[in-house]
Amino acid sequence: MPESITIAVVRRLSPLLLLFFLFTGFVPQLLANTSTGEASLQEAWKALTDKSYSKKEKAITLIARQNTADAYPVMKAMLDGKLYFSTRDKTLFVLKEQDGNYAFTPLFAGQAVTQESKRGFKKVKINNRLRTRLRQALALLQLQHEDKKLRLAAVQELLKNPDSKAANLIRDVVEKETDTEIRTAMHTLLAVIQLESPNENEQREAIKKLADSLNPSALNALTAYQPPNTALKKLANAAIQKINDRRDNYARAETIFFGLSLGSVLALAAIGLAITFGVMGVINMAHGELIMIGAYTTYVIQLLMPEHIGISVIVAIPAAFIVSGLVGMAIELTVIRHLYGRPLETLLATFGVSLVLQQTVRSIFSPLNRSVETPQWMSGAFQINEVLALTWNRFYIIIFCLAVFVALILVMKKTLLGLQVRAVSQNRLMARAMGVRSKWVDALTFGLGSGIAGMAGVALSLLTNVGPNLGQSYIIDSFMVVVFGGVGNLWGTLVAGMSLGVINKVLEPWAGAVLAKILVLVFIILFIQKRPTGLFPQRGRAAED
Amino acid sequence: MFMLDLLRNDKPGSWMLATLLVVSIAVPVLNLLVPEGSIFHLSTYTVTLLGKYLTYALLALAADLVWGYLGILSLGHGAFFALGGYAMGMYLMRQIGERGVYGDPLLPDFMVFLNWQELPWFWHGFDQFWFAALMVLLVPGLLAYVFGYLAFRSRVTGVYLSIITQAMTYALMLAFFRNEMGFGGNNGLTDFKDLLGFDLRADSTRIGLFLASTAALAIAYLGTRYIVSSRLGLASVAIRDAESRTRFIGYRVENIKLWMFVFSAMLAGVAGALYVPQVGIINPGEFSPLNSIELIIWVAIGGRGTLYGAVIGALLVNYAKTYFTAALPEIWLFALGGLFILVTLYLPKGIVGLRRMREARA
Repeated sequence: MPESITIAVVRRLSPLLLLFFLFTGFVPQLLANTSTGEASLQEAWKALTDKSYSKKEKAITLIARQNTADAYPVMKAMLDGKLYFSTRDKTLFVLKEQDGNYAFTPLFAGQAVTQESKRGFKKVKINNRLRTRLRQALALLQLQHEDKKLRLAAVQELLKNPDSKAANLIRDVVEKETDTEIRTAMHTLLAVIQLESPNENEQREAIKKLADSLNPSALNALTAYQPPNTALKKLANAAIQKINDRRDNYARAETIFFGLSLGSVLALAAIGLAITFGVMGVINMAHGELIMIGAYTTYVIQLLMPEHIGISVIVAIPAAFIVSGLVGMAIELTVIRHLYGRPLETLLATFGVSLVLQQTVRSIFSPLNRSVETPQWMSGAFQINEVLALTWNRFYIIIFCLAVFVALILVMKKTLLGLQVRAVSQNRLMARAMGVRSKWVDALTFGLGSGIAGMAGVALSLLTNVGPNLGQSYIIDSFMVVVFGGVGNLWGTLVAGMSLGVINKVLEPWAGAVLAKILVLVFIILFIQKRPTGLFPQRGRAAED
Repeated sequence: MFMLDLLRNDKPGSWMLATLLVVSIAVPVLNLLVPEGSIFHLSTYTVTLLGKYLTYALLALAADLVWGYLGILSLGHGAFFALGGYAMGMYLMRQIGERGVYGDPLLPDFMVFLNWQELPWFWHGFDQFWFAALMVLLVPGLLAYVFGYLAFRSRVTGVYLSIITQAMTYALMLAFFRNEMGFGGNNGLTDFKDLLGFDLRADSTRIGLFLASTAALAIAYLGTRYIVSSRLGLASVAIRDAESRTRFIGYRVENIKLWMFVFSAMLAGVAGALYVPQVGIINPGEFSPLNSIELIIWVAIGGRGTLYGAVIGALLVNYAKTYFTAALPEIWLFALGGLFILVTLYLPKGIVGLRRMREARA
């Protein structure tokens, strides 16, 4: 700011006002029009009490341009219908209602009055035109507020009612704006104003600028635009086309992101099953309940550490792995161990286990749904541009799914346990002959699969309510994912989960959520007919029964 | 003559049929002729409950035919049951006519509620009993035919088949929950008034339905017994025990499986059709995968591959369910889950197998 202006400002304002400026960060940089002095401002304040709306409008414009400290609160009060004047001497008051009483605080000089009725005071009436003007003026003032959110809100307000007279002011403000999002919005606003200019060259410039904007107001302005000649009309139509294409592309990207996050949930739920079903060949109908146990573990951990919700979710991941893993090993040791080689019986027995687990949870935690609190760091969204915003929790789920997956692949490929698991699943007798304790490996493998189900439960607990039936709703989906991907193939499970998620979300807009799900189910049923071994079948002799 | 031949080698079956005959005489007498105050009086509630159990028994019989004799563990038999039930429910809906809440002569209440102007095409014809009865057989049969044709031809077997049957019933459940499907959505079909002109709330109609269920079960038992004793049945058992070998000998495995599956689905449909007027409601919950798995456990507990075992299992488990859910609701799922585990671990041949084991020891 040039020094001379600063000095002029300081001289003009009382020390109190200066203090106000220092605190609120209002920077009076709009005193370009120095010819209108204090006197005309006083008149403007007076003019607000006038009956004529056009006089009031002029006064507002003047006050807004002067931008003194009073301007913002007074215009706000006026917009809210809280600005009154005394019928005696036409001095301005701001009304505040206090337990049935009316408190009138004077703006400049005079006594504060609190009384039971509004007698002696009259409201400064406004009409719709004035209301729009006030909003514009307020937004213009707010453009220079230090709070980013308020500035953004101001730009958006102005985009709704662009004011051509404000162009100069906005141009000034843009230069100083540091936030790119607000800058982009301001540029759009300038272009929208420019579009209203009578000059055709200006209009052409504006259309070109608007074509690059994704702000909905840009599209609105272009749609409402009346081109004076065919060349401009063509240009405008091309711009609209371009905007729509880009919006469609971003919408598609969003759908795929949603699909991937849903796919991650499916894959997470299914990875554990890919181990127990895919690698060991055990049909575990209690798999969903192991997920549920993981979700309840998260809930309990949050109960134990209510002060640290943010950390609790992190703590819950290993905790859920251990709890579900132990429950899984217990199931293996007591039930499944006795049923190897009898897949249909295993299916029935583990279904029995799932009923028992459900009822146990129902007895301990009551049949009501419990909700797990989402930590602060997971809420909110990552705003890429005006159209595309990616929510953090979906983003983390994708990351989490991939992390679990990588960890699992490492365990299977790089550790002794993984080696033994693969050996047992390929040829049990030979593995035992080589000294692998196959029974112990079975228990550990089942525990690993169950533990991963528990970790999936942590993720699910953040997305849906935690209840006894949580697992049941995922068991069929999980089996579908594993079978679709090809039994015994971990990569297949990941690819299948992700593609089913994306297919589901792509179908959803025109089929509705339920029908999309039905279509996916039918698709998988038909797919299994065509390729009974899934997308990525196991090759070699082991694949043939 | 022929039936006697059939039952000569089937002692437990003969006993069961004899019991059914006695019950079908005793129940009407105890309900209608014995005065209400007497301790021998059988309440209409009990009669309906017994009738419901018998339709479950018929459903279990259908499942045992494919699981016990063909090795197809269908986790979607509840879907055929529900489809039969819906076909009957649609007939009963059309019978309500102007007596509905909205009094529309043509449209059932839920359609008026949804502001529909005309009857969907698939509701036409259901005002005729013969048509509805035909659909009770045809709709489940057709679904089983299409599903089986695809699955058996591609040789989807074992666990995979079980899982896709489960997916089938799950998809149907989701579909029937939709209002747009035109089957009453969430609430299903209910508020039935009469069947073939008989008031559904009358004791005599209830007895009639009970007798119809008994008769259906007896006939179905004889029919399935005939099938499993025939060459077709022997070939089925061969498929169950060694599918590839049977195929190599020269049997058309796919065709045998397909027709057995379709027949079983039709039986399930009949069971559903008899179930709905006795219970008075049919809703998408009947499609839930849980129901289908539960009916498998009836068969497993009774004794798979015996036919009468399935009937006994269905009656016992459902009696236990009625008792437990009223007396100890908390315990029921523990008990059912425990039964699943214990029966598969220690009683692979079910309750019927116990007797055989004792005989073998003696």
